[in-house]
Amino acid sequence: MAKKKPFVRSTEELLKKYQTLGKASGGGPGARMSRTGKPQDTRKSIARLFGYLARYKGRIALALVCVLCATGANLLGSYMLRPIINGLVENHDLGQLTMGLVKMASIYCIGIIANYAQQRIMISVSQNTLKAIRDELFVKIQALPVRYYDSHPKGELMSRFMNDVDAMGEMMNHSVISLFSGMITLIGTLVLMISMNWILTVITVLFVPLAAMASAAIAKRSRRFYREQQAALGAVNGYVEESVTGQKVVKVFNHEEVCMEEFGLLNKDLRKKQIFAQFFGGIMGPVMGNLGQISYAITACVGGILCVTRGFDVGGFSVFVNYSRQFSRPVNELSMQVNTIFSALAGAERVFAVMDEEPEPADPADAVSADDIRGHVEMKHVYFGYLPDQVVLKDINLYAKPGQKIAFVGSTGAGKTTVTNLLSRFYDVQEGEITIDGVSIYDYERKGLRSKIAMVLQDTHLFTGTVMENIRYGRMDATDEEVIQAAKSVSAHHFITRLSDGYQTMIDGDGVNLSQGQRQLLNIARAAISHAPILVLDEATSSVDTRTEKQIEKGMDALMSTRTTFVIAHRLSTVRNANAIMVLEHGVIIERGTHEDLLAMKGRYYELYTGKAELD
Amino acid sequence: MRFYGKYIKPYLLFFIIGPILMLTEVLGEVLMPKMMANIINIGIPGADNGFIIRMGIAMAGIAVMMMIGGVGGNYFACRASIGFSADLREDLYNKVQKFSFANLDHFQTGSLVTRLTNDVTQLQNLIRMSLILMLRAPGMMIGAIIMAIRINASLALIIAIILPVLAITIFILMKTAFPRFMSMQKKIDALNTSVQENLTNVRVIKSFVREDYERGRFEEKTNDLKEHTLSAMKMVIITMPVMTAAMNLTTLAVVWFGGRQIIAGNMLIGDLTAFTTYVIQILSSLMMVAMIILQSSRAMASSKRIKEVMEEEVDLNDDAAACKDLEVREGHVEFKDVCFRYYKDHEEWVLDHINFEAKPGEVLGIIGSTGSGKTTMVQLIPRLYDVDEGEVLIDGVNVRDYSLENLREGVGMVLQKNVLFSGTIEENLRWGDGEASEEEIREAAQAAQADDFIMSFADQYASELGQGGSNVSGGQKQRLCIARALLKKPKILILDDSTSAVDTATEARIREAFHTSLKDTTKIIIAQRIGSVMDADHIIVVDEGRIVGSGTHEELLRTNQEYQEIYYSQQDQQKEGA
Repeated sequence: MAKKKPFVRSTEELLKKYQTLGKASGGGPGARMSRTGKPQDTRKSIARLFGYLARYKGRIALALVCVLCATGANLLGSYMLRPIINGLVENHDLGQLTMGLVKMASIYCIGIIANYAQQRIMISVSQNTLKAIRDELFVKIQALPVRYYDSHPKGELMSRFMNDVDAMGEMMNHSVISLFSGMITLIGTLVLMISMNWILTVITVLFVPLAAMASAAIAKRSRRFYREQQAALGAVNGYVEESVTGQKVVKVFNHEEVCMEEFGLLNKDLRKKQIFAQFFGGIMGPVMGNLGQISYAITACVGGILCVTRGFDVGGFSVFVNYSRQFSRPVNELSMQVNTIFSALAGAERVFAVMDEEPEPADPADAVSADDIRGHVEMKHVYFGYLPDQVVLKDINLYAKPGQKIAFVGSTGAGKTTVTNLLSRFYDVQEGEITIDGVSIYDYERKGLRSKIAMVLQDTHLFTGTVMENIRYGRMDATDEEVIQAAKSVSAHHFITRLSDGYQTMIDGDGVNLSQGQRQLLNIARAAISHAPILVLDEATSSVDTRTEKQIEKGMDALMSTRTTFVIAHRLSTVRNANAIMVLEHGVIIERGTHEDLLAMKGRYYELYTGKAELD
Repeated sequence: MRFYGKYIKPYLLFFIIGPILMLTEVLGEVLMPKMMANIINIGIPGADNGFIIRMGIAMAGIAVMMMIGGVGGNYFACRASIGFSADLREDLYNKVQKFSFANLDHFQTGSLVTRLTNDVTQLQNLIRMSLILMLRAPGMMIGAIIMAIRINASLALIIAIILPVLAITIFILMKTAFPRFMSMQKKIDALNTSVQENLTNVRVIKSFVREDYERGRFEEKTNDLKEHTLSAMKMVIITMPVMTAAMNLTTLAVVWFGGRQIIAGNMLIGDLTAFTTYVIQILSSLMMVAMIILQSSRAMASSKRIKEVMEEEVDLNDDAAACKDLEVREGHVEFKDVCFRYYKDHEEWVLDHINFEAKPGEVLGIIGSTGSGKTTMVQLIPRLYDVDEGEVLIDGVNVRDYSLENLREGVGMVLQKNVLFSGTIEENLRWGDGEASEEEIREAAQAAQADDFIMSFADQYASELGQGGSNVSGGQKQRLCIARALLKKPKILILDDSTSAVDTATEARIREAFHTSLKDTTKIIIAQRIGSVMDADHIIVVDEGRIVGSGTHEELLRTNQEYQEIYYSQQDQQKEGA
């Protein structure tokens, strides 16, 4: 057996393939940055944000007054040094020094208290507002139709809750106040400087455009290299995600070395691109800070000469140089806050966009109560497509009554699951009518209707909580005994008791500690405990082995004996004893009848059943 | 920190030059106030414009030097941190490549991905920040203290008193704040989990009409988060006024005592202004240190998670292999009294005294209910896990005595949870053999009954597969995975429930192809459907980790109760299908 040479792709090829992958998975800090973007309709979003804040009008006004006091005190406090120093220069008077210091101390006190009060007020306002936004967003999302969930990736909605709401919080916590206090500082400093010496003020202000130009030049490069870095990072993350997910396959194929080599290529590329991005990102601070130092030096020089030639007071001079050094600081901070604010507004806009999505329409005023539904289901000439011009279901007709089991068989995409989507009003029919007990399902109260249909879905999702809680989800007032009874009826009791804490075992991370088959059994138990007269089983036992399936048959039969049951199954043995089997193909029922009828027909069902055709 | 020495070493020069260049900034910041003081003390009283201009030029020159030092220091800090993290990332990735299946089970996939991506980035940012601030903050503190003492030692006493008091206060504040931040982070995680669950389970929630229930639970969580955030933030906002108060108090004290000295004629005005600047520098560098510590706590968590990966003991290697050059020649498999369990602290065996044999060219079928241990059993053959008792022999040699590479080269395995990778179909198949010719690739695909559908794609073998093969159907994916394993031309081929989505007719053709093209290969087939194994030379029935039956289909059907049960649960279908 000769050693097989590994097959390594080039950096370019890898970058092309994995960049999008990394981006789609949205991991890393890059995801947050790439989503910032510019807000579309700024004014409307701001108005809406203010709407949330309006509840705290009084407190915010108080906070702003505090900011004003704090910033003013800060400026005045350092200004107080001027008379003190001048006093020391002119007449060595201890009394004047004491008076000056007392004034200064009281100003500082006011500043500290005001500053603390402002922060205390603002964090409580912003946290309350964030909670309100989160809660509202959650309620709005809950009310969205299933269609929305099917057409939007889950990660996108997650990012609304995490990144976007966080960005809004960041803005409320800091930016607005910083913006306000920065502006006051800027204006206050300017006024004080002009009042002290206009020549020095002109010199200081001249540095502002210089600083702005330097900052713009750096920011431009920094942005460009940053984009490149994010793309490279995306590729690395994408590659890691894919290969680590498939790590077991990698090992089985002795493919570790190829992976290491390919990863090495991408990592090298990232390293190269990161250097420029990080460098330009990092020099903003030193460049801007030291421009301030240069301005300080020049002011010191010119100011000193002014003291000598024009009699500028030494106290004013020493206060002024400090102002001049700090003058560019609020300018920088303002420009940084503008970025935060823009990305927060863009986030707010996306959050509001979700909130504005059309929810499931409200029940009509004369909606029929669903309390007495018994389970006579009828579909009459039902047509449906997920898009207006698409036909997924064509002219579906069926009738089912309590105790009957109707099965759907057909390839993936034939429309089996769609039928059940329509029944529980996850989607609305385009034409035709579905009635339960003779009443159109659209005339019932939506929630009432859904509570009469117990569903076991293909994707077995469980909730964080105990096994007991997960089964009880089917009927909240079920007693522990009833839960155990339900678990027994679907043969789940045995494995549950073998879990570390039995029924009290915590399920987390979507039940990773359970096998797929066990999770399906819990899902069935959850449906079994509900008293709903209509039962939908969508590939409910696909991961349960045939022997276990046989074992739960009895429990299932008991469950189904009083209910109207719809079964969708890949495994044909599951549907054999149905009262009617519908063979769906391209949205049309092409064959219907009992198992025996269909076999005798020697049509599509016969082919599937005898393994002459593949079900996918 | 010794752990990271390896990653610092190649960039040691950058790690040193970076902070040193940053020191120029410190030097400048410390010198400038004194020069300013000179202007006030010497230039102005002496009306010496020449002196003032010389000082001004010197100060401007220093500022330019500071800018150069700052930019340069930043450059080297970037080089150092990027080099460090790139090497670390690569080592981490390579370490994961060495992980055994047990190691991989220990960390979950998602967590491994986070550790390799986010956590490394966190650490990288911390290093860059600390390289920039490492010498800067303490340097500024020391420099400013020296200058302060030189100007006026008695005034410097004020600093000596306030500094430790403030440091202790900050320490206490941080110590209180830290656990609060930790619990806040937990609440954030809980909230995110809850959102994710609600998004994934939307159909369940809607169909059981549990919206209000979920809403209640969610509001509890947002409230929890709010309370915990507030309690953490309260500590943060106390820090600011405490710091400002300390700074102001010191300034006042300096001006008061300094002013008295000036009145007494023992101190110059310029020195007083310089001194107040130094006070601010000293206290703000203390704050900077506190900030670094606070921010690094998050990166420390990342560092811990990274270390866990790097220090995870790879519990399976071929260091002790006796015949490293030996390759799998025949494909004779034998299990002798094999016992195995995943968690060594569990009492129950997952495999309990397993004995069986598969001869070269034979087909061995394994059947049993889910969780019975079938998959575990075959994973011991290519040594994906190590047995706890007994031994697995291939060609009479213990699998532990082969080199892992040779062993796994000889065993082709199609996993139950199989994945394809982004890339073309051909690239994916080539995993089996990087050097395979086009004919060989087609032959393998034909044997796996995949050639027909591949040729029906527009780009045929060059068709791109989406991530994980999302654009082919389940049955097609399984056939591609089989073809990939076939291309390896293994001596032992293991199919772990790998044809569940393939229709029985196609499956039969695949089995037929095995007979002709893999005549000498030992074939081990795990299946749910009896039809998939009934024509095997030998079938073993597994239940709860034990072999409860063994023989041909006919023998088992006559004698074995479990086999009968499985058979009858499927028999109607089989009757027609066989």
